[in-house]
Amino acid sequence: MSSFVVDKKGIKRYAVTIGVNGSEYTKVIKANTLLVNFLREDLDLTGTKRGCELGDCGCCTVMMDGKPVNSCLVLAMDCDGHEITTAEGIQDGEDLDIVQEKFVEHAAFQCGFCTSGMIVSSRALLNENPNPTDHDVREAIAGNLCRCTGYVNIVAAVLDAAKEL
Amino acid sequence: MYLPDFEYYAPESVAEACQLLAQFGEKAKVLAGGTDMVVKMKNELLAPEVVVSVKNLEQLKKVEYVAGKGVSVGALCTHNDLVKSDVLKEKFASVANAARQMANNQVRNRGTIAGNIVSAVPSADLPPVLIALNATAKLVGAKGERTLAMEDVFAGPGKTVLANDEVLTEIFIPEQKMTGSNYIKFGLRKSGALAVVGVAVAVQVENGVIKDARVALGAVAATPVRAKKTEEFLKGKKVTDDVLAEAGVIASGECKPISDIRASAEYRTDLVRIFTKRALRKAVDEGHV
Repeated sequence: MSSFVVDKKGIKRYAVTIGVNGSEYTKVIKANTLLVNFLREDLDLTGTKRGCELGDCGCCTVMMDGKPVNSCLVLAMDCDGHEITTAEGIQDGEDLDIVQEKFVEHAAFQCGFCTSGMIVSSRALLNENPNPTDHDVREAIAGNLCRCTGYVNIVAAVLDAAKEL
Repeated sequence: MYLPDFEYYAPESVAEACQLLAQFGEKAKVLAGGTDMVVKMKNELLAPEVVVSVKNLEQLKKVEYVAGKGVSVGALCTHNDLVKSDVLKEKFASVANAARQMANNQVRNRGTIAGNIVSAVPSADLPPVLIALNATAKLVGAKGERTLAMEDVFAGPGKTVLANDEVLTEIFIPEQKMTGSNYIKFGLRKSGALAVVGVAVAVQVENGVIKDARVALGAVAATPVRAKKTEEFLKGKKVTDDVLAEAGVIASGECKPISDIRASAEYRTDLVRIFTKRALRKAVDEGHV
């Protein structure tokens, strides 16, 4: 069990160590901290977006131990000892990842709000299956809602990225 | 959206979890994947003062074949663990297929089989197929353990028979005499939709005659339900299109759906008629459970 301190109001704050994009962060947080808020507010990683906040839209998608999850439904406490990858972590240093490059090339976004989540879901798919079909891509991003594009360019971008892996 | 404050425990064993649950009683809630519970907490439908996270119970994350007996599914297997399990794909493909139809990839990566059962949502995808395959649920409490038939776990919408100090630790799917099984979900979209109706069937067919049948319906009553009259009707009948169609009619008479935002009761009743027939046909034709 992680160690904790109790504040004046009697609320416990717990020490957690969470791996994010290859670095380990030890922070003292309240138990009710959601992963999405931990990333955005404690680590200033605002690439992960808050959308519906109910697990429907996928804007907040991050990888937890390599698997895409909705960070709005995961307690940061439950990530203690786990590895999180956000949209920022997919980028390869200063260079864009091939999936990000192809999103730009195919204009696979308009407003861009769903893009971080789309890219995390797409990258997770390609890590597991480097030769996806059109259907595989659509299944993988079925939990990422885009209200602008109609998905056609997104699917094309992911399939194109797969060719250059 | 922020959650109200609560205390957090992450026990290292089932016994420790039961102890905590016994200690805190009604104030405590078990948290597994959170895909249902955290949403309920955000919507202020649940406000536990103590959250007991089962994240560290690694021993409950395995799918294992027990030779001659069946398949043991650890309570904390996620839906995608079931989809990707070679054991399930080989022994009980219909369960893996039902898991694949739940929500979307992100939710399948977090949502657990135990959560899908214990949250007792009438439209949940796994209970009907588990009931059709005569699966059992192992409940462990502070004072001991018990094993229940899957259909006996549910007490109403959002309600189960679990005591405050009990956790669901294992789902066991026994080796089958059934020769085929199938689950058909009807949702308003392919992904991320709750079942408007879910029909699961298992049949034992020998020489074109139905020896045994189990039919379980989801989203058409307060809990997942067996269609027992339909099962009785099917036993001893030859497999013909007329018999399967008649089974659908009987099943539609056995369900008690409500009208809600997703569908009217009349529509659901008619869907049960159609999908019972189709699920039976698939279970007979595909010839595997």
